[in-house]
Amino acid sequence: MKKNMQTLALVLLATTALAACGKKKIEDIPPTADGTQYGTPQDQGGDMSGQILPGSQEDFLQSVGMNGDRVFFDTDRFNIDAADQATLQAQAQWLARYPDKRIVVEGHCDERGTRDYNLALGERRANAAKNYLASLGIDASRIQTVSYGKERPAAPGSNEQAWAQNRRAVTVTVQ
Amino acid sequence: MKNCVILSVLLFLGLSSAVAAQNTPPAPADDEPELIEVDVANKIRSIAVPALVAPNPADTAAGNSANLGRQIAEVITANLRNSGLFEPQGPSAVRAVTLGEVTAPQYDYWKGRNFEQLFEGFVRVGGDGNLTVGCYLYDVNLTQEVTRLGFVVPPKEWRRAAHKCADAIYSKLTGELPFFDSRIAYIAETGPKGKRVKRLAIMDSDGANHRFITNGQATALTPRFSPNYKSILYLSYQDGNPRIYVYDVDSGRQRLITASKNPTFAPRWSPDGQTILYSMAVGGNTDVYKISANGGGTPVRLTTAPGIDVGGSFSPDGKQVVFESDRGGNQQVYVMNADGSNQRRISFGGGRHATPEWSPRGDLIAFTRISGDFRVGVMSPDGSGERMLTDSWQDEAPTWAPNGRVIQFFRTEKNSGKTSIWQVDLTGRNERKLPTPVDGSDPAWGPVLP
Repeated sequence: MKKNMQTLALVLLATTALAACGKKKIEDIPPTADGTQYGTPQDQGGDMSGQILPGSQEDFLQSVGMNGDRVFFDTDRFNIDAADQATLQAQAQWLARYPDKRIVVEGHCDERGTRDYNLALGERRANAAKNYLASLGIDASRIQTVSYGKERPAAPGSNEQAWAQNRRAVTVTVQ
Repeated sequence: MKNCVILSVLLFLGLSSAVAAQNTPPAPADDEPELIEVDVANKIRSIAVPALVAPNPADTAAGNSANLGRQIAEVITANLRNSGLFEPQGPSAVRAVTLGEVTAPQYDYWKGRNFEQLFEGFVRVGGDGNLTVGCYLYDVNLTQEVTRLGFVVPPKEWRRAAHKCADAIYSKLTGELPFFDSRIAYIAETGPKGKRVKRLAIMDSDGANHRFITNGQATALTPRFSPNYKSILYLSYQDGNPRIYVYDVDSGRQRLITASKNPTFAPRWSPDGQTILYSMAVGGNTDVYKISANGGGTPVRLTTAPGIDVGGSFSPDGKQVVFESDRGGNQQVYVMNADGSNQRRISFGGGRHATPEWSPRGDLIAFTRISGDFRVGVMSPDGSGERMLTDSWQDEAPTWAPNGRVIQFFRTEKNSGKTSIWQVDLTGRNERKLPTPVDGSDPAWGPVLP
């Protein structure tokens, strides 16, 4: 429990730090037309002091740790490297714990690509993460993918550091 | 939009066949060497554009005809100035003319004020409430008429009469095909960089008659007007995934172009409007497909490379497609036959090449070159003669004016992510920002209206 609290504190800290930097959270997606909405980290904002519901998006984020919901890519690349594998393994453990939970893997790119190519590249990245999760035994039918191309940057800057944060595949639980 | 039937050509008194010929655009000057053509096109001409005379001014649904006469002259003046090839003086800078002068210009007066060309015209309100707009173009030095033409339009379509008159002046004096009387579909953008609201919008080529089509709840991207302006292809995240829809302009209804659940993007019409070219990702692998524009039908897959094959644009004769692929390691421009055969790379100019767009004249392909910054350039369909037209941090996604002499693209600002639509001509000169109510991206220029 103490460890959990520490993790929670870390998450809180990270959230605060992000807010302080004025950084945009990519998970903040407008609701889709059919009314479904992905679980978002912001959802936890109101009841951080309360209980975390097992299997919830907050539970997922707490389980995978800081930035554990995402893997990062080099420019124009979509390969899953060793660091990405560790991240996805942690995600797979959580998914094994909640076998009725489904996820969406969002593929994203930095702004230094053309729009259509980035939509295609985001698809590749999301599918690369999906395929690796599937190789770990997660049923592929539980994993949807969606590419946002360069439409939803996580870091707003126009520099290498921001672009590195934006070339990513983010796992979001379907709640 | 199809009530452009109203725009019928009038035969004026004593009108020769030259006028009828004016209504059909002059044929492209195939026989002229390209360089000479560009030189001719870039001669700056001084032209006087006094207000159109309104005999017996009357009120119309669009205001008094005397006001319309002045507004039409102002639109013509703005069109000519924005083309960069004219130095027009509009109704606020030159004296008014009489109805008699419209057919018998006072050449000496205009010559004394150093005008090379003189435009005059009239606007008359008919018994049915429609406007008759007459346009006359004179060569001041040669003291002779260059062309005349007339239109009958409902009052609310007065801007189209102005565009047609400006097109006639532009075509007659530059030898190029017209382009002012055309429309643009684009994406209107608002909100912070990480959470842009993107709406489908349309406007006239000069930014007038602006209209938002989608409300911004779902991100909209990459629109394309159909050749007859009745439909717009565009990408929407309406169901949570990027998919191409055909939006019907009159009914406001839309449908998916394919029943496939896979993401589809980068839509384009064939020149005859019968076929839709698009890209689809299956299991992460994107290829170029085509499908009938009439709904139903089976998609035809045109590329099979394991890399990303995306985008694409038909040649004006519909026989070839230019697209981009990273099959060789990075994004480059390729050409293939419309059935997918004979795929070959054409861009070798250094850096990456993306978003190829075939000119409606067929002679050039516009593209985005990524080499550090993003710049818009053109090259021949065989890849030769590559040259850049813009130089900024991020210029992207060229679209051609219907006459193939002017290109629009969008420019993204570093850090803020703010976007704007720009226009440049084939010489790389006359770059200017288009007026849009909010930020704009993904411009798509339609053909000249009938």
